[in-house]
Amino acid sequence: MINRKHLIGAALLALAGAGAYAADAVGAAQKQPLNLTAIGMFFIFVVATMGITYWAASRTKSTADFYTAGGGITGFQNGLAIAGDYMSAATLLGLSALTFSKGLDGFIYAIGFFVGWPVILFLMAERLRNLGKFTFADIASYRLDQGTIRTFAAFGSLTVVCFYLIVQMVGAGQLIKLLFGLDYATAVVVVGVLMVIYVTFGGMIATTWVQIIKACLMLFGGTVLLFLSMSQFGFSLEEVAKKAVEVHKDGIKIMGPGSLMADPVTAVSLSLGLVFGTAGLPHIMMRFFTVPNAKEARKSVFVASGCIGYFFMVVCALGLIAITIVGTNPEFYEGGVVGGKIIGGGNMPVMHLSKAVGGNLFLGFMSAVAFATILAVVSGLALAGASAIAHDIYARVICKGSATETQEMRVSKIATIGLGIVAVLLGILFEKQNIAFLVGLTFGIAASTNFPILILSMYWRGLTTRGALLGGLAGLISAVTFVVLSKAVWVVVLGNAQAIFPYEQPALFSMPLAFFFTWLFSVTDSSARAKIDKAGFDDQYVRSQTGIGAASASAH
Amino acid sequence: MSADIYKKVRANPRFAELEGKRSRFAYLLTAIVMASYYGMMALVAFAPEVLRTPISEGGMLTIGVPIGAAIIIGSWLLTGWFVSRSNGEFDQMNNEIVREASK
Repeated sequence: MINRKHLIGAALLALAGAGAYAADAVGAAQKQPLNLTAIGMFFIFVVATMGITYWAASRTKSTADFYTAGGGITGFQNGLAIAGDYMSAATLLGLSALTFSKGLDGFIYAIGFFVGWPVILFLMAERLRNLGKFTFADIASYRLDQGTIRTFAAFGSLTVVCFYLIVQMVGAGQLIKLLFGLDYATAVVVVGVLMVIYVTFGGMIATTWVQIIKACLMLFGGTVLLFLSMSQFGFSLEEVAKKAVEVHKDGIKIMGPGSLMADPVTAVSLSLGLVFGTAGLPHIMMRFFTVPNAKEARKSVFVASGCIGYFFMVVCALGLIAITIVGTNPEFYEGGVVGGKIIGGGNMPVMHLSKAVGGNLFLGFMSAVAFATILAVVSGLALAGASAIAHDIYARVICKGSATETQEMRVSKIATIGLGIVAVLLGILFEKQNIAFLVGLTFGIAASTNFPILILSMYWRGLTTRGALLGGLAGLISAVTFVVLSKAVWVVVLGNAQAIFPYEQPALFSMPLAFFFTWLFSVTDSSARAKIDKAGFDDQYVRSQTGIGAASASAH
Repeated sequence: MSADIYKKVRANPRFAELEGKRSRFAYLLTAIVMASYYGMMALVAFAPEVLRTPISEGGMLTIGVPIGAAIIIGSWLLTGWFVSRSNGEFDQMNNEIVREASK
C-alpha cells in the first residue's frame, strides 16, 4: 500500500513537469501550481454544470420533464447529446489504449461500436419514437402483458445500466487517481455524488445539457490533440505508422488484425454484441423520447453517428500516435522503465499524450473533458435506471398507473440515490478490469436481453407475452452465465484457475438462444393472453409507422 | 386517436405502398452496412493476412486502415441518405395518409 502511494506520488511529480522531455529541469516546488490548472478546470466544469442543474431544476416539474425533458429537445441537440451519451470514458481512454497496445485491433473494435448506429436508424429510430413514451419497457410491453413484460424489461434495463456504470466508475477512479493522487475509492464516490445531484435535481434537461456540452468539449479536445500530435509527424499517417511499427514491441503486427481478434468465434461474438447491443442500451433508447417527433429522431441519429464516427477515427489515430510519443518516453512509465507499467494504469495513454504534446494546460483540459464524459454518461445511465424503477416498476406495475406525479418523482429520486450507491460499490469491486473489455460484456447482455424483445415486438406479429418473457430470460441468464464463467470474471475476479466458458464474448451464443426460445414459447402459446398480444400488433404497427397517437412534446 | 383511425390507415392502399417502399429501402441499407462490416470481420477471422497488405510498396499503413475508415464514413453517408429520403419523400406520403384517415 505504501509502495503504491509512493508510486502514485512519483507519477504525479513526473506528470507535473513542464514539458514532455524536460521533466528533470523543473523543480518540485514549481510543479504544484501547474497541477492546480487541471483541478481548476474540473472545478469550472462542475460549477457550470451545477448552474445548469439549478436552471434545469426550475423547469423540471412533471415526470415528462424529468424523464424526457418534455420531448422538447431538437434533433440536432439530441444528436449531440446521444453522441455525448454514447462516447464514454471507454471510448476516449479505452479505445485509444487498445490501439496503443494492439494497433489495428483497436480500430476494428471501434468500427463495431459504430455500425450499430446506422442499423438503429434504419430499423428502429422512428418506431422507437412513435411507440415509446419514457422507457424502453414502454415499447417492449406495448401490446404484451404490462405486469410481466414491463417488469422483465425494467430488470433487463437495470442489469445493463449496472454493468455499464461499473465501466464508467472504473474510468473515473483511474482518471482522478492519476490527476489528484486521490484514493481510487474517493474518486468513485465523488463521481457517484455528482451524478446523483445532476439527475435528482435536473432530470433529463440537466442530463441532456451536460451531455451536449461534454460532446462539444470532447470533439474539440480530440481534434486539437490530433492536430498538435500530427504536427510532430508532418501530418502524415504513414509517418505515424512507420514510427509506431519501429518502436512497438509487436512491430509490424500492430498494423494488421492481431491477438485481440485471434479467435474468430470471439471476434464474431464481440461484433454481434457491439452492433445489436447498441440497439439495446436503455439510456440510449431513452434519448429518442426527448425529441418531438420521428423526423427529429432520425435527424438526431444522423448528427450522432457523424460525431461518433469522426471521434472514433480520431481516438484510434491518437492511440497509434501515442505508441511513439508516449510509448518511448520513460516519464510515462512507473519507475521510468519503458515498456513496463504505464503510470495511472493501462487506460491512460491518451492522457499522457495530451501532456506530451500540449503541456499541463492541455492535460488539464483533456482531464476535465474525460471527467465531464464520465459524468455525462453516468447521469444518462442513472436516469435510465431510475426511470426503469420509478416509471416501470413502481408507477406501472406496483401502482398500476394510480401513482401521482409527485409520488413517482419521489421514487425516481430515491432510485437515483440507490443507483448511485450501487455504482460506487461496484466501481470499487471492479477496479482492476480493462474498461473497454467490460463494455463488450455490457453490450453482450444488452444484445441478448433487450434487443430481441424490442425488435420482435416491433416486427413480429407472433410474439406473445410468454415468448418474450421466457426468451428474454434465456438471453439474460445465458449472457450473464457466459460472462461469469468466462475468463474476465471466473479467473480474474473470482480467482479460479481456468475459465469454464472458453470465449470472452457471450453474444454469439446468447443471442440465438434468446431468439430461439422467444420463437418457441411464442408459437406454442395458445393462451387467451397470446390472442390479445397478437391482436394488438396491427394497431401498434400503424402507430409505429405513421406516428398517429405517438406521445407529443409537452406544452412549454 | 381511436382504433378506428388505425383501421382506416390499414385500409388505405397507399399505406401498404409506403410500407413496402420504406421497408425495402431500410432493409437494403441495413444489408449494405451489415455486409460490409461482417465482410471485414470475416476477413479478420478467416483471412487476416489480407488486411495486412500494405497500401503502398514498402509502406507501413495496411489496407485495414482505409477499409475500416470507409466502413465508418460510407455507412454514415447512408444514414444521411436515409434521413433525407425519410424526412422528405416518405414523410410527405405519410402525412397525406394520416390526413386522409383523420377526415
